[in-house]
Amino acid sequence: MSLYALQHGIRNWLTTENPAVATQCGARAPAGLSVYLNTYRGQLLDCLAESYPITRQWLGDSAFTAAAAEHIDRRPPSSWTLDAYPEGFAATLDALWPDDAEVAELAQIEAALTAAFVGADADPVDPAGLAAVDWDRAVLHLVPTCTLLPVVTNAPAIWAALAAEETPPAAAPLPTPAHLAVWRTGFAPAFRTLAPTETKALRMAAAGATFAAICARLAADHGEAAAADMAGHMLAQWLADGLVMAIDG
Amino acid sequence: MLTTPTFGLGLRKPHYADFLDGETPVPVDFVEVISENFMVAGGRPLDVLRRVRARHPVALHGVSMSLGSADGVDADYLRRLRALVDAIEPLFVSDHLSWSRIGGFNAHDLLPLPYTAEALDVVCANIDRAQTALGRTMLIENPSSYLSLPGEMAEWEFLAAICARTGCDLLLDVNNIFVSASNHGFDARAYLAGIPAARVRQIHLAGHSQGADLLIDTHDRPVPTSVWSLYEAALNRLGPVATMIERDDDIPPLTDLLAELDMARSIAASRQVCAA
Repeated sequence: MSLYALQHGIRNWLTTENPAVATQCGARAPAGLSVYLNTYRGQLLDCLAESYPITRQWLGDSAFTAAAAEHIDRRPPSSWTLDAYPEGFAATLDALWPDDAEVAELAQIEAALTAAFVGADADPVDPAGLAAVDWDRAVLHLVPTCTLLPVVTNAPAIWAALAAEETPPAAAPLPTPAHLAVWRTGFAPAFRTLAPTETKALRMAAAGATFAAICARLAADHGEAAAADMAGHMLAQWLADGLVMAIDG
Repeated sequence: MLTTPTFGLGLRKPHYADFLDGETPVPVDFVEVISENFMVAGGRPLDVLRRVRARHPVALHGVSMSLGSADGVDADYLRRLRALVDAIEPLFVSDHLSWSRIGGFNAHDLLPLPYTAEALDVVCANIDRAQTALGRTMLIENPSSYLSLPGEMAEWEFLAAICARTGCDLLLDVNNIFVSASNHGFDARAYLAGIPAARVRQIHLAGHSQGADLLIDTHDRPVPTSVWSLYEAALNRLGPVATMIERDDDIPPLTDLLAELDMARSIAASRQVCAA
């Protein structure tokens, strides 16, 4: 048996418990193969449990472990880094709880926070330097960890309550679908629910639109008078959040 | 070759504050970290590593290079490890004589190799590629194993062959020798006698557990007497070698690990006295 065939045989043992490879694995193959299988599944279970503590709390240990075992069967790991393995868990949860959208959304929030935790470093812009900005030409550069996450339930409120060790609210749909901004400030990941207008503006900023273009869009949507106030408030909030790392112009 | 041994510990999260906040550095000659934990874009992990590096030499120890993969070493992995190597300027860069990845699947475990001529060609080609990508000599660690795959040479002969063909050095895990010797019924001292002593640059010490049928390399308890005894035999064969203790589960206070490290120092010192 070639090395390639042997390694595929061991892969098949780990992912499907197909024992065909045992005949190539020496006299004590069953005991040894069991050790590797236990390590494989145990490590992936631990990885998911450590990556999704809030989702686990929401579902309860038993349901979470069953879902994790299902995920391990459905989606064997492929990346060189174990850190990547939890990324697809929300899709498995969505398939297992299709009528409870908050379950997958809790997992998506945790995955986004984890990604932000080890995302690229960037210092937020110093507000003291803003006096010299030409706002007609200004382009905002958002910190590289900033991402937008769609939500249709109150999963953010559930997450916040459980993280604070408080009683979470019952799951409920949001009045209208929304987005979360997820980013890292200093070393701490953060998120905030955005109104649709702010989502649109932040998307424009992320795409490289000038601040003037963002203001023009606000004016077109909400009128000149409201747009100036809205743009000012949003900019102040983004600066306070640490979402902006530089302003050109 | 060292003229005096050095002693280190694995840097683990429960001890970050000990290593970063004390007025005086923790009394170790180096720390070892798991490379993959720091092959990230930024954030607190890299900040911790940079600050620890300002106080201590750092060894990078990998678990995911998969040097035994029949379909080669992952290029993205090597690029990211090279970036970390350039940033940290490590004392050593090591990984295992094992495989974890095949055909888009990654087991995230140190799976065993058959010690055959074909596997030797694969491992040597992968080490050559890795050393070229990293721009430095690697240390290859002997794994614990729970399967003895039919082969054409002993593990120590395989290690000697990869050193000769690739110029790599060795990280000798004394606990892994003990565990594999127990599981597969070979003589641990014959293993020590067979390795190319001049290529051993670092030693790992750790504890293990008794499983249902086999010894398991768990790193969840102190170094046992049996491993200390084999460590002493290893030093008699190798001379002074950088030594570190791995502890990855049921992690005790740092003072406990420093006491264990003193045991290693004591054994090394007594051997030096005998040698003199």
